[in-house]
Amino acid sequence: MESLIWLVPGLPLFGAAILLLGGKRTNAWGHLLGCLAALGSFALAAGLFFTMLGKHGAARSMHQHLYSWVPVPGTGQHPFQADVAFQLDQLSVVFILLITGVGSLIHIYSIGYMSHDPERRKFFSYLNLFLAAMLILVLADNYLLLYVGWEGVGLASYLLIGFWQAKPSAAAAAKKAFVVNRVGDVGLSIAIMLMFVTFGSFNFGTVFGTAGGASKGTLTAIGIMLLLAACGKSAQFPLQSWLGDAMEGPTPVSALIHAATMVTAGVYLIVRSHAIFDLSPTARLLVTIVGAITLLFGAIVGCAKDDIKKSLAGSTMSQIGYMILAAGLGPIGYAFAIMHLVTHGFFKAGLFLGAGSVMHGMDDEVNMRHYGGLRKYMPITFGTFFLGYLAIIGCPPFSGFYSKDKIIEAAFSKGGTSGWILGGAALLGALITAFYMTRMVIMTFFGEKRWVPDAEGHEPHPHESPLSMGLPMLLLAVGSVAAGFLFSMNSAFVNWLEPVTGPRAEGKLPGGLNSTTLSIITLAAVAVGVAIAVVKYGTGKVPAVAPRGSFITVAARKDLYGDAFNEAALMRPGQYLTRTLVYTDNRGVDGAINGLAALVGGTSGRLRRLQTGFVRSYALSMFGGAAALVAAILFAKL
Amino acid sequence: MSSFPWLTTMGVVPLVGSALVATLPKERSAAAKKIALTFSVATFGVAALMATQFKKGGSRFQFTESHQWIKAFNINYGLGVDGIALVLILMTTVLMPVVMLAAWNDADEAQADGRRSVRAYFALYLLLETMMIGVFAATDLFLFYVFFEAMLIPMYFLIGGFGGPQRSYAAVKFLLYSLFGGLFMLAALIGLYVASGKHLGTGTFDFNTLANAVASGQLGISPGLSKALFLGFFVAFAVKAPLFPFHTWLPDAAAEATPGSAVLLVGVLDKVGTFGMLRYCLELFPGASKFFTPMVIGMAIVGTLYGALLAIGQTDIKRLIAYTSISHFGLITLGVFAMTSAGQSGASLYMVNHGLSTGALFIVAGFLISRRGSQLIDDYGGVNKVAPKLAGVFLIAGLSSLALPGLSSFVSEFLVLVGTFERYKAVAIVATCAIILAALYVLWLYQRTMTGPLKAGLEGMKDLRAREVVAVAPLIALIIGLGFYPKPILDVVNPSVKTTLQHVQKQDPAPALNAQTSEKVDSK
Repeated sequence: MESLIWLVPGLPLFGAAILLLGGKRTNAWGHLLGCLAALGSFALAAGLFFTMLGKHGAARSMHQHLYSWVPVPGTGQHPFQADVAFQLDQLSVVFILLITGVGSLIHIYSIGYMSHDPERRKFFSYLNLFLAAMLILVLADNYLLLYVGWEGVGLASYLLIGFWQAKPSAAAAAKKAFVVNRVGDVGLSIAIMLMFVTFGSFNFGTVFGTAGGASKGTLTAIGIMLLLAACGKSAQFPLQSWLGDAMEGPTPVSALIHAATMVTAGVYLIVRSHAIFDLSPTARLLVTIVGAITLLFGAIVGCAKDDIKKSLAGSTMSQIGYMILAAGLGPIGYAFAIMHLVTHGFFKAGLFLGAGSVMHGMDDEVNMRHYGGLRKYMPITFGTFFLGYLAIIGCPPFSGFYSKDKIIEAAFSKGGTSGWILGGAALLGALITAFYMTRMVIMTFFGEKRWVPDAEGHEPHPHESPLSMGLPMLLLAVGSVAAGFLFSMNSAFVNWLEPVTGPRAEGKLPGGLNSTTLSIITLAAVAVGVAIAVVKYGTGKVPAVAPRGSFITVAARKDLYGDAFNEAALMRPGQYLTRTLVYTDNRGVDGAINGLAALVGGTSGRLRRLQTGFVRSYALSMFGGAAALVAAILFAKL
Repeated sequence: MSSFPWLTTMGVVPLVGSALVATLPKERSAAAKKIALTFSVATFGVAALMATQFKKGGSRFQFTESHQWIKAFNINYGLGVDGIALVLILMTTVLMPVVMLAAWNDADEAQADGRRSVRAYFALYLLLETMMIGVFAATDLFLFYVFFEAMLIPMYFLIGGFGGPQRSYAAVKFLLYSLFGGLFMLAALIGLYVASGKHLGTGTFDFNTLANAVASGQLGISPGLSKALFLGFFVAFAVKAPLFPFHTWLPDAAAEATPGSAVLLVGVLDKVGTFGMLRYCLELFPGASKFFTPMVIGMAIVGTLYGALLAIGQTDIKRLIAYTSISHFGLITLGVFAMTSAGQSGASLYMVNHGLSTGALFIVAGFLISRRGSQLIDDYGGVNKVAPKLAGVFLIAGLSSLALPGLSSFVSEFLVLVGTFERYKAVAIVATCAIILAALYVLWLYQRTMTGPLKAGLEGMKDLRAREVVAVAPLIALIIGLGFYPKPILDVVNPSVKTTLQHVQKQDPAPALNAQTSEKVDSK
């Protein structure tokens, strides 16, 4: 089985290549090939997983070396050597199952969702490309190859956000996502360079094996650079601004890339690099701060948006904030970060697919104020969406309850003031999550119809989506319901990851709290959140036009002024800088050299002649002069 | 086969083609194109065959030829290639047929005007190819200088005769700048010859002899003179590359030249500058190179950011691409003067990759411009809707220019950055930030030209023709192929870089951890 690892990313890569090179000829069956590639990859992943189950302990880690990629032997003993080689361990197998599993479902869903799009084949080729890149990201055994996957998913994300690129907003959103991610890439690049000059290698094995020998300052610097990379890819503060705009992409893309998989790559990066973070409390503290800020930031934004996808995007940002927070907590949190990542992968993908199904039935309307009462018209969508809702707010025994509760508990048990602050933030986040999700469910599925006719005056006719869309939603709902419970049985998930993330440290809850009381407090917070939303949206009429709202609402609608800040602090000064430089380059630098040339030439008259037609003779005479000079110097010297 | 004069053959094939094309009657322009293409393909064939004969572990210069030329000054017709020259010659011979196919109809208008003829255009291309092969293959410094200057002539006529409205101005500016730089090199060359006569008994222009004599200390040029001679060579190469602040001729020349000529100008001719720095500046004047490293690194890092910022602000597609190249040349120079294996192998690979990606970018921009007749970005928009293949190829070329991991330029750019980081952390970090600017200039260009609603007047725009697909496909294939498998080029380049570093007496810095442990061992 080990020798087949390369086919896991290989199959979707071939799929993408065939669909892109084949062009229109593959239009008829392109979507089927795309699905087949994804399913084949999933089957392989499952096979590898079962092979792994049959082994024990360290033997579970598999490795496949394909070829030497970038060899520079160098002058000394320290070559620069990067290989295309894959490593499949307990952590990456979780990811390849999630990626290919959820990925396959979303491929199938897209058959129906994109059935009216003339470019459906291209859409599937990009989805395949995404899968391949994401799988390379999690399978790479060194940071440079990881970088290829890292940027590959960024490219796929760029192509898919801008899939309807005739829309200027989509094209702008795609570019924004890529550019903001590049800021993160600077972090990843510098981290890899630091590793190379410190360890002489950027292979996981060497770096993690020798991390203990490096100075604390170096490890902290590497950690911070990795965090910067994670912030870009996972839309964490302060690089969060692109995720909301990314909702311009087709909804299956939002579900797969901007909820379940790609945006969680930052969490993977940090947990994968735990050997570095383990040794640097400063870097870990920064990770927890970023996570805590983002989990509140995203949740607040999620409360204010009327666009169902943008509200979900805020929620994604917030949930990933939880994962980042958990990862930053170190050995007490790594496993829970990944566990929440997986459960979130199920329920958030399900919620997005539900939102897509609603949009599909409502003529692509995204404003929740124009929904209402849809549960009667779309029972399957409503049912699956509601299960996802119960999971995300952390209602027992749904999956989010297990994974999120553990993160809150871990945050409190960090100890000290920071433990109280982080735990408090996570608890507050749970309350806000319950509020905005309840608001979303009520505005969409309950209350009276607030449907708005389209430009030609047709009333929307909401209808249940076809089976190809319904089936993936049902399967994801199963995950939303059961995953948390299954993972938590006998701490199965934590034990599974232990060989990779190290033994889990048991934290101690402060101030007389214990697991049970904390769970009760959390549930109470959730109940409060639900209650506020029910009172506010469930009992009265939801206005079809958004009220002005408090200053917090206004700010949250504008993503807490993230874009405004970027524009004022970066974009405008940047524009002035480039304009000034263009001006001076044309006048200043060029002018100075022209002036110098005139000076050397004796009179500026010659320069004028140069520009008025005698150019060729002048140039040739100068060339002749040069030749004469050659001869003269040669003979004079000898 | 070992004594077969590969390099002379490779230079003669296009020269014969050029003569043949030039003697055709003016009306037979279709035949001129086909003959020229055939000869350029044949030249590539010779180059490819020769490359298979190159021995990776063999002596540094292979396929050497040496014939006495000017006895009085001990000047030889000396040819030979090391790994770096080999890959640059290969790149040149790949680009030439590609450029010809892409530029198939570029000279038709000039002939219709009665200004120039199609046969002249293609004859000049072939003549230029001979010169470019010669400049990389020369191992005699005087011969190198002759090719270095002579290749200006066909390029001058290509820009001045077939370019845009400002072509005369641009061509003269190009020529003057280059001659200006060339004069410095000539003076330094003569100085070096005289010095070699003083120290070695007989003066010589043979690079191998000179480099070995410098490395062994036999040719002990005084530090002051060495610095002066270094500057003579460096100025010539810095103008050619071009390096900030000697760059202002490039945007004009590239914007006014036909796209095909722009590819050869930026993709190949300018590489002679960075190639010259790596081979001649460093090995002939190692002490002076080290002395001037801070200055050169400064110019390179400023140029990297400056070129990128200027590219963002351009309104003309071809000028934009020219400025991106100024940024890339800054990075290549950084890699050369970082004096590490990663930096210099990266820089060598970068020269090849930049030729491919900028070549593809100029060519596709040329396809676009030929359809609308405007170079202004604002005249385009939504092209993807009517010409998706053109837009797709443009995007791939652009992504390669921004060094997307997985594409060829990533490997070289990352090696350059790592190689720089090994010695100059702050510089490398600043240079790394240029990747954000690169994303901006590429994607913003793509956004403004290819996405959004279709600009009025573009409704009937045709997608890529078969000829155009054939022209650009090899470049795209290489950009992707070398991204995943750059090893064949690195394997050839690495030994040359190793020799250069030995001659400069520089060792790669050891990783911090190994250094610590070895210190501990020492102290015990």
